[in-house]
Amino acid sequence: MLLGLIVIPFLIVSFAFNLLGVISLYRFPDVYTRLHGATKCTTFGTLFSVLALMFYSFVRYVFGSGEARFMVLFIHVIIAAAVLLITNPTGAQVLARAAHRSGTLPEPALVDALEEAEKAKGGAAA
Amino acid sequence: MNASQYLFAGAALLMGLLLVALIGRLFVGPTTADRLIALDVVNTLVSAIMLLLAAVYDSVVMVDVSIVYMALSFVSTLYIARHLEGGI
Amino acid sequence: MVIFVVSFFTYLLLSGGWTVQEVTLAFLVSAIVAAVFSGWSKTNFWSTKGLDLRRWWLFLRYLCGPFAMALAQANWDVARRVITGDINPGIVKFNPRLKTDLGRTLLANSITLTPGTLTVDVDENGTFYVHALNLTTLTPSEAEICGTFGQWVRRITE
Repeated sequence: MLLGLIVIPFLIVSFAFNLLGVISLYRFPDVYTRLHGATKCTTFGTLFSVLALMFYSFVRYVFGSGEARFMVLFIHVIIAAAVLLITNPTGAQVLARAAHRSGTLPEPALVDALEEAEKAKGGAAA
Repeated sequence: MNASQYLFAGAALLMGLLLVALIGRLFVGPTTADRLIALDVVNTLVSAIMLLLAAVYDSVVMVDVSIVYMALSFVSTLYIARHLEGGI
Repeated sequence: MVIFVVSFFTYLLLSGGWTVQEVTLAFLVSAIVAAVFSGWSKTNFWSTKGLDLRRWWLFLRYLCGPFAMALAQANWDVARRVITGDINPGIVKFNPRLKTDLGRTLLANSITLTPGTLTVDVDENGTFYVHALNLTTLTPSEAEICGTFGQWVRRITE
């Protein structure tokens, strides 16, 4: 019961930020701003799921029956967090570059330095 | 199941509802990049759901599946993005 | 060498039992992985630069200190902008003068996860093209985009 009280704020934050990520997909006007919301909010939300799971397994290991499988769960969840933090922003960056090279320009934009740089090279970008 | 496992199950269910909400952007998306972003969010949410279900069913294997799913979805994102650039 | 050590320990952490067979298999598998992927990285195969424990310690301190703070602040900021919807987007460029590929990767990922910025492209000279959600000036300096991250990354990787 006490464990539920520790875990529930993490789950609420996790769900709230994932929800914000989904809302930002509908509210923002173009590809790049959507990518902002999608990447940051879902990474943060999933990271909080991971934290909830870490607390859960740690508490079950230390204060519970002390079974080894909760320690194994703890270690595996840490590796999952590391993989998440590496893959998600890299994927977002690759997506942004692909969108720019495929010709989707930022729609409301004050300045586009990358476009100017590519024009200076003589339209080398495909 | 104890109380906190029910909480994890509820959170997994709510995130499943978010997946349903994403389908709109996946179909409407004006450009291919929009759809790809929605797909990326779907991948992240699915791996989060797998992590939560690992606590619900008390199985470590599901965390491993989630790690492999993250890695594979990353590779597929890279591949589709490269295709979008015109490389492949 | 770094690839070998990292994949060796990851294998041992993921496989539960630490018997002789497991350790032998981990050694063989990570040796094969390191041999295959050493062709991709420019550093020498036997180079032990990446095994310096002080760098890993600095990296951990960076991850738990300024990076975690910036991550929380970024999400608060983006959450506010999602709800209110006031944005001034644009793509700007700056050059942090990082020499190694690892440093560039680390800084690009950090920028992507910090307040209101997202890396779009990095060219051969190390110039970063950054999409910002809320621009105040058209040619911002390095400190305005990524704060002290440049110095941290330089300390970690060079």
